[in-house]
Amino acid sequence: MRYIPITCEQREAMLRAVGVSAIDELFDAVPDAVRLKRPLALPGPLTEIELSRHLASLAGHNAPATGLVCLAGAGCYDHYIPSVVDHVARRPEFFTAYTPYQPEVSQGTLQAIYEFQSMVCELTGMDVANASMYDGATAFAEAALMACRVTKRSKVLCAVSVHPAWRATLATYAAAASVEVVTSPAEETTGVSIVPGSSTLESLLAGDDVAAVLVQSPNVLGCIEDVAAAAAAAHAHGALAVVAADPVLLGVLEAPGELGADIVVGEGQPLGNAMSFGGPGLGLFACREEFVRQMPGRLAGRTVDVDGAPAFVLTLSTREQHIRREKATSNICSNHGLNALVAGVYLAAVGRSGLQSIARDAVQKACYLKGRLIETGRFAPVTSAPYAREFALRYDGDVERMRSEMLERGYLAGVGLAELCAGSGRPAVLSDQDSVVLFAVTEKRTREELDAFVREVSSL
Amino acid sequence: MSAPAEHPAAANSDAAAHRPARGPRELIFELGAEESRCVEAPAPEGEWEPLEALLGDALRKTPPALPNVSELEIMRHYGHLAEMNFGVDSGMYPLGSCTMKYNPRINEDACRLDGFAGAHPHQPAASVQGLLELMWELQEALGEISGLPGVTLQPAAGAHGELTALMCFRAYHLDQGDVRKRVLIPDSAHGTNPATVSMCGYEAETIPSGSDGGVDMEALRAALAQDVAAVMLTNPNTLGLFEASILDITEAAQAVGALVYCDGANMNAVLGISRPGDMGFDALHFNLHKTFSTPHGGGGPGAGPVCVTEKLASYLPGPVVVRDGDAYAGRMPERSIGRVRTFWGNVGVLVRAYAYIRALGAEGLREVSEQAVLSANYLRQRLSGLFDCPFCRMCMHEFVLSGAAMRKEHGVRTLDIAKRLLDHGFHPPTVYFPLIVEESMMIEPTETEPLSALDAFVDAMISIAEEIRTDPEIVKNAPYTTPVRRLDEARAARTPDLRWRPDPGGLSADG
Ligand SMILES: Cc1ncc(COP(=O)(O)O)c(C=O)c1O
Repeated sequence: MRYIPITCEQREAMLRAVGVSAIDELFDAVPDAVRLKRPLALPGPLTEIELSRHLASLAGHNAPATGLVCLAGAGCYDHYIPSVVDHVARRPEFFTAYTPYQPEVSQGTLQAIYEFQSMVCELTGMDVANASMYDGATAFAEAALMACRVTKRSKVLCAVSVHPAWRATLATYAAAASVEVVTSPAEETTGVSIVPGSSTLESLLAGDDVAAVLVQSPNVLGCIEDVAAAAAAAHAHGALAVVAADPVLLGVLEAPGELGADIVVGEGQPLGNAMSFGGPGLGLFACREEFVRQMPGRLAGRTVDVDGAPAFVLTLSTREQHIRREKATSNICSNHGLNALVAGVYLAAVGRSGLQSIARDAVQKACYLKGRLIETGRFAPVTSAPYAREFALRYDGDVERMRSEMLERGYLAGVGLAELCAGSGRPAVLSDQDSVVLFAVTEKRTREELDAFVREVSSL
Repeated sequence: MSAPAEHPAAANSDAAAHRPARGPRELIFELGAEESRCVEAPAPEGEWEPLEALLGDALRKTPPALPNVSELEIMRHYGHLAEMNFGVDSGMYPLGSCTMKYNPRINEDACRLDGFAGAHPHQPAASVQGLLELMWELQEALGEISGLPGVTLQPAAGAHGELTALMCFRAYHLDQGDVRKRVLIPDSAHGTNPATVSMCGYEAETIPSGSDGGVDMEALRAALAQDVAAVMLTNPNTLGLFEASILDITEAAQAVGALVYCDGANMNAVLGISRPGDMGFDALHFNLHKTFSTPHGGGGPGAGPVCVTEKLASYLPGPVVVRDGDAYAGRMPERSIGRVRTFWGNVGVLVRAYAYIRALGAEGLREVSEQAVLSANYLRQRLSGLFDCPFCRMCMHEFVLSGAAMRKEHGVRTLDIAKRLLDHGFHPPTVYFPLIVEESMMIEPTETEPLSALDAFVDAMISIAEEIRTDPEIVKNAPYTTPVRRLDEARAARTPDLRWRPDPGGLSADG
């Protein structure tokens, strides 16, 4: 049988050793009333050759973004993935291992996590980073819950300009934990939520009962928020500043830690992970040292073994569910370790200088594309604030129709803001967002592709 | 590399063929040089707007201190790290509750096909029909296997599935105008269960296990009342025993309006044999990274799809995949609790699990459980004379031994036995869980281990038991042959060193 190496003869011998004459007797403890008396209704088994044909056919029924000119982002980005990344990730010693609970035979995983944690700290300007969360949205929601634990308050203030699915995830987690979420509006003309000296933010914080001010920078419209102002406002009222950042852009954007952030989270997919229809992603989670004991998730630390040799181990686990049970800082157990390994290999492969140029390329090409699209007369600017790799434009036609027509021509033409917010159950980012498209650019896009896109889309 | 046989206390087992590189090694930050590169940045194409003009104040002042390393150095570095690791491919991994079965390689190839791995989550649905079809088929299959027809593929892991389901329970109760407070959990439950309960704003209340290892029915009945939101059970439970009175339990819970949750971590025992939906459960999560062979990845990613009854289906988080004629699309269920993550699910993991289910079909899945249970009972039979086996009767896919007597008589702890197994080339069982067995060892061989490996494991345990009697110090100081030896965990916690830091003087010229 597939994947079972025991022979019929061995099976018989094992049954004898156990003292039963038939397999069925092994299941005597299962009451008859709950026995399934028919085979499961599933399609028949496939040989490997049939299976590979079937999977290839399903894969063939997709027109993946990597085969198109991808200008869609909204939390998932089409970066080049260096060859070494998957060669490392396919080492069975890494991917077939469990969580490194036996450190003596898990030094590879543990050292890779320690290095990953260090890299995340470097990117974000934070003191400590954990071994990963599931994705950006869950890291964001857990950051809000952590801020509530730290401040012993139960209300958070979230900028409306945060990715709608992240806000929706926060709302789901907050509802269960009886945490109130207040949404702070965006300034429609600039596209940012944090306006220094604005009375709105002050009045929302005035009660000194807010645990955290949550912002994303660049925000969902691509605009750079004033993180320092958000942090200062939060701190003035005893709240923490939680900042969601794009790890690739941290190659050129100021580290949130330098701007006063207390917790930094992010979606780590752009760091060498395939888009894979949006998952598995990688939740980045980092904070200031003083809060480490309230952090969710695993932490690898450096220590020594009995011979005094340096070595790594999971540590500070008295925060975690397997020790603290109902008093744990989170219920997270399995995380996204392999995606974290990938991120570490990616950051090593592109290096300090590479990350900078990848980020620079994305920002410069985004600016170029935005200018060219506005020139066509079919797109109008929406925001005036500085932006990085992503930007919002108002289209003079039907956004979803434009996207399907451009798909036919080989382009993934951005993401509609209305579509992005649909089903999130959260307040709209802009009062009139139906015709707004978000375009994202990575270093993979060439000037030629951008020019051709502009030509094609203006000819619709 | 040190040869295990050279060490006086090394295990003389052939299974010690896993001879890892001696660690540790420099950190990646200590490798490379300023001009080292693995991948080159793309050449600038003409003139672009200068970054300073675009970003202004937001521009970063000090670059992150990432290493600059050449390609060969990267491959050697991670190659060395890999050699210090132990995975299912290295040797038997009988880690109870974790179902460390073989990870079929075609699944690894499948999830990397461009049509799957290259898809963007916001592509128009027409351009991802193959993916949506796969996800819909997987929803259907999981609904059939569990007997619970409402399925969401959203949750990223088992614990995320628990949280998702409890949030659905909460929303359901609120819709009935019902504010409930408590969730009952047996004392044998996994830590994620009570942790999930707290995250969901409920109080976790522990129900003791009876002398037979199952839920104590008396205690359960006494605790059940109108304010109980849910009962969370693992079936088969974490002792590897099937809850004989499962129907009484679900009935009693439902009689007070509580919903019953099944932690599906142990589904590898009952595929095609018994379905949680038929046992009266209202919801369950699968761990695709256990039951359906997707790799654990050194900690993750897994996937924890949730299956529920019809009446709860409309509360599931979305998007879920629906079929309309021949077309597939994503949809938020009507009364959905909302989102629990950014996009569709851990799709790369879902592809692998789908491939596994298609490879095996109904008959193959049933054989998986039959062999998993047979292999566990075979080991139980052979080991129970050697170590205490507190609930020694026919088990499901795993069983629990106790090292309590060994500890009392010889001062050797279960932890020591676990470490000594490393010298024999085995990953140890799960130790110190479940909490209700002293010095517990939870052994789950899985169906994919050959008989020779099972026998070698027994031999290793026999030899360790013998050492415990004759020379316990050997066991207490194990391991000897691993890349590093026992760690100073107290020091790690007392003076946490959780990251590398660059020299205070900034980056040195040689990186
Ligand atoms: C019984 C049980 N429940 C729940 C979990 C949690 O699953 P995950 O690690 O996928 O979150 C585990 C896994 O360790 C488990 O063994």
